[in-house]
Amino acid sequence: MVMAMANTKPSESGRPTEASAASAKRIAFENVSVAYNGLTVLDSLNLTVNPGEIVALIGPSGSGKTTALRAVAGFVRPSGGRIMIGDRDVTNLAPYDRDIGMVVQNYALFPHMRVEENVAFGLRARRVSEEIIRARVPEALAMVGMAAYAKRYPRQLSGGQQQRVAIARAIAIRPQVLLLDEPLSALDAQIRRSMVDELARLHRELPSLTVLYVTHDQSEALTLANHIGIMRDGKLRAFGDAQSLFRYPPNRFSAEFLGRANLLEVKGVQPLDDQRAQVKFGDQVLVARNHHHLTAGSDCLLCARPHDFRLDEPQGDSNRLTGVVRSVQWQGDTHNVTLDIAGQEVRMSSAPMSMPPVPGAMLTLHFNPADVTLVPEDGRHG
Amino acid sequence: MADVAVGAIAPRPSWDRLWSVPPLLILAVLFFYPLGLIARQSLGDPGTLSFSAFAEVLSSREFHEGLQHTIVIALGSTAGCLVFGFIFSLVIAFVPFPGAKFCGRLIETFIALPTFLVTLAFTFIYGSAGLLNEGLMRLMQVDLPPVDFLYSQWGVILAETTVYTPFVMRPLLATFSQIDQAQIEVASSLGAKPWRIVRQVILPAAMPALIAGGSLCLLLTVNEFGIVLFIGAKGVITLPVLIYAKAIQEFDYTTACVIAVVNVVLSLGLYSLYRAVIAHFGGNRADMV
Repeated sequence: MVMAMANTKPSESGRPTEASAASAKRIAFENVSVAYNGLTVLDSLNLTVNPGEIVALIGPSGSGKTTALRAVAGFVRPSGGRIMIGDRDVTNLAPYDRDIGMVVQNYALFPHMRVEENVAFGLRARRVSEEIIRARVPEALAMVGMAAYAKRYPRQLSGGQQQRVAIARAIAIRPQVLLLDEPLSALDAQIRRSMVDELARLHRELPSLTVLYVTHDQSEALTLANHIGIMRDGKLRAFGDAQSLFRYPPNRFSAEFLGRANLLEVKGVQPLDDQRAQVKFGDQVLVARNHHHLTAGSDCLLCARPHDFRLDEPQGDSNRLTGVVRSVQWQGDTHNVTLDIAGQEVRMSSAPMSMPPVPGAMLTLHFNPADVTLVPEDGRHG
Repeated sequence: MADVAVGAIAPRPSWDRLWSVPPLLILAVLFFYPLGLIARQSLGDPGTLSFSAFAEVLSSREFHEGLQHTIVIALGSTAGCLVFGFIFSLVIAFVPFPGAKFCGRLIETFIALPTFLVTLAFTFIYGSAGLLNEGLMRLMQVDLPPVDFLYSQWGVILAETTVYTPFVMRPLLATFSQIDQAQIEVASSLGAKPWRIVRQVILPAAMPALIAGGSLCLLLTVNEFGIVLFIGAKGVITLPVLIYAKAIQEFDYTTACVIAVVNVVLSLGLYSLYRAVIAHFGGNRADMV
């Protein structure tokens, strides 16, 4: 929709033209490091966000994800490596010359400007003609469902509405890439869910927009991103498409951070075929996917998501684990049960049960070998 | 029963209001009474009540020149304070350099220094025999000092600008510390260069602080006496200096009191403006800053 709008003539020499912005651009980190006062906060990051793709960087506080985004924006200068947007090396360019759109957690709308003036800000900064601004501002606002609020001031809008305006402001300039820095963190849970849907819809309407999305919320990342990068201590610990990363995490940290998986310490991997392997958990033999092709005899972790467990015995191959129920929590649409199985804590979740187990009771969990995967303990795959 | 109930909840006489009496008494003795005497004197000698002195003074050339000097110097100094205060605050707040905080504190301590110190320093630097002129005379091989602005209206404006700029910087630095850095970063990412960010993002946010600081400077410079007197600029007579001259040098108390009343009215007007600005931006529009 926006991409179909009129193109504008080039403004300043050296400044990327809007015509060039119409074609999707990749973002590439090439061995990028950032250090503050000798402390490395981003360590040799190599990552490519392909044109038209959404890549989410997730990780705990201080993991370097925001630093990576700020390096693309030009607010931190890398101490090593280079950053490419399209074919341009932007490492040493000023932020205003990078042709990016940016949305931040606290919206950062200009409080003294009306909504329409906020959205027009970037266009005016790029000396786009008033005629085009008059056309493009309402279109950008319409895309985020805020056309009716053009004359209002930011203080007259709710948090969700302000964030929509911030997104409209970022896309109005038709940037080559869009940087989203925890854009939904300041919103309450209900609005956040609807905004995730809005962002997904927006990207469907702007398929050529390359997006780098930084969040600590894994559900946002899983819903929106084509690929997810998991960061920790300034390093990229895992990278892959959202589904494989969730189903076959390459290391303990990724498994724990993305989806809070149960990780059972198992021993003696015995490959059964190309896909499956047998392991020992105490005296029990369990079968799981060997996605990472762990070698025979190695010790590893068995990664099982809480929803992978069942209470009723399924037909066909199945693993079973028996333990003591420690706690039972009802959360409306789920029952969450915590068990102690051979000294390890295991969490399972299921649809609400009419007769939930009681703490202290013995409970047997069943799970399909195809649903659980073996994860290398040493994280050498991440 | 109803009577008893009403009697039980009847408000007790409040003695709290009596606490306002001591300060009011002190103000009355030390401030309002002398002010009343000045106002009374401006209306003629005891026993008479006439506005003739007002008519005479307000139509005199001496008063017009004094008023003109006062306004020009106050406006010029205030403008200087606003410009320099804004630039210095901008640099201290947004340009990262080692010692920025120290610079801010140093400028703040300026407020505590007596105003004549700056004037004295100016004499040493820009005076006829000051460092600048001595150096230039030696360099240019001339006998007369080439820089000769200190003993003029410009010298007074420069001195007052120097003294009162921290009064603008203080609220500005406080405002700048509250500006969301993300606004500046987002503006930059949208393509705005530094000057546009200053004009369209920082300046609007700073406007209340600029107006408040400017009003305060205007108020202080209208009443500035020490700097003008210390510089002794030729022909630069402001209203406070005129009052001094009439009362102390010419013993013309009636004229001095008339001018003093005008000066008080002018000051109260500016103070009302200052309060109105503070109330306006500090209250119902606080969310804009």
